[in-house]
Amino acid sequence: MKVLNIISSAYRAVSEEQDDTIVWLSHALHNAGADLAVLLSGSAVNYVLPAERSSPITIGGRAQRNAPDAHGEVRKLAEKVPVFVIREDLEMRGIAATPDEPFRAITRATLPAFLLSHDHVWHW
Amino acid sequence: MDKRKTLTFALMDAPFESSRTATALRIIDCAVARGIDVNVFAYEGAVLLPFRHQQPHANMVHGRDVAEEDHPLPREWIAALIATAAEHGLRFDWVNCGLCVDERGAGDSIDGTRRGTPADFWKMASESDNVLVVPTA
Repeated sequence: MKVLNIISSAYRAVSEEQDDTIVWLSHALHNAGADLAVLLSGSAVNYVLPAERSSPITIGGRAQRNAPDAHGEVRKLAEKVPVFVIREDLEMRGIAATPDEPFRAITRATLPAFLLSHDHVWHW
Repeated sequence: MDKRKTLTFALMDAPFESSRTATALRIIDCAVARGIDVNVFAYEGAVLLPFRHQQPHANMVHGRDVAEEDHPLPREWIAALIATAAEHGLRFDWVNCGLCVDERGAGDSIDGTRRGTPADFWKMASESDNVLVVPTA
């Protein structure tokens, strides 16, 4: 069963979880044996930027040691499963339309056929 | 000397779901650091932010054990805010909406928080210099 996880909302709870929850879930599903691909769309295309950074935060006296590393985690994921990015969403944000390997850009025009090539499409 | 200022915050998101919560807590942290008395009305899912039984965990995806992961929990951040406010002699009043607590079985909150009603929110808002609502999307 071929599954596509679509991530279109970036940075949800990343400070609390110390990662993106759906990137994390994709790692876990892959590790559990899922035949998985991931599509980054909308604000989530920012994850392909190597310069993307978060700093640890301190609230009250409670300091965080491990800031989320969204780019690092999605890059690690892309070394195990295909990670696609919508080209127009990159362009709209002024991000290079051709992301570095291992990410793969696709256009909106190809989305219908792309979605149909998966048995399940889960839009998170 | 100027009268000390008071801010009231209404939070609505459940823990671990949205970045609004961390942002709101950071703003509250800034308020406390500036000597401002703070009220918080936790509504709906936000009543679980100070839930006593939140636990840190190891993270196999990150390859870190529980100590290395050092997962900061919302209840710890709230406890730290309460402690910091106390150190500075500030009032910090965290009120959980009681009906929201009952719906979720979330009655066991950390020390320094209390159960209340929308009437508490109204009173806090009425007596504050300003109010910031941080709702769910």
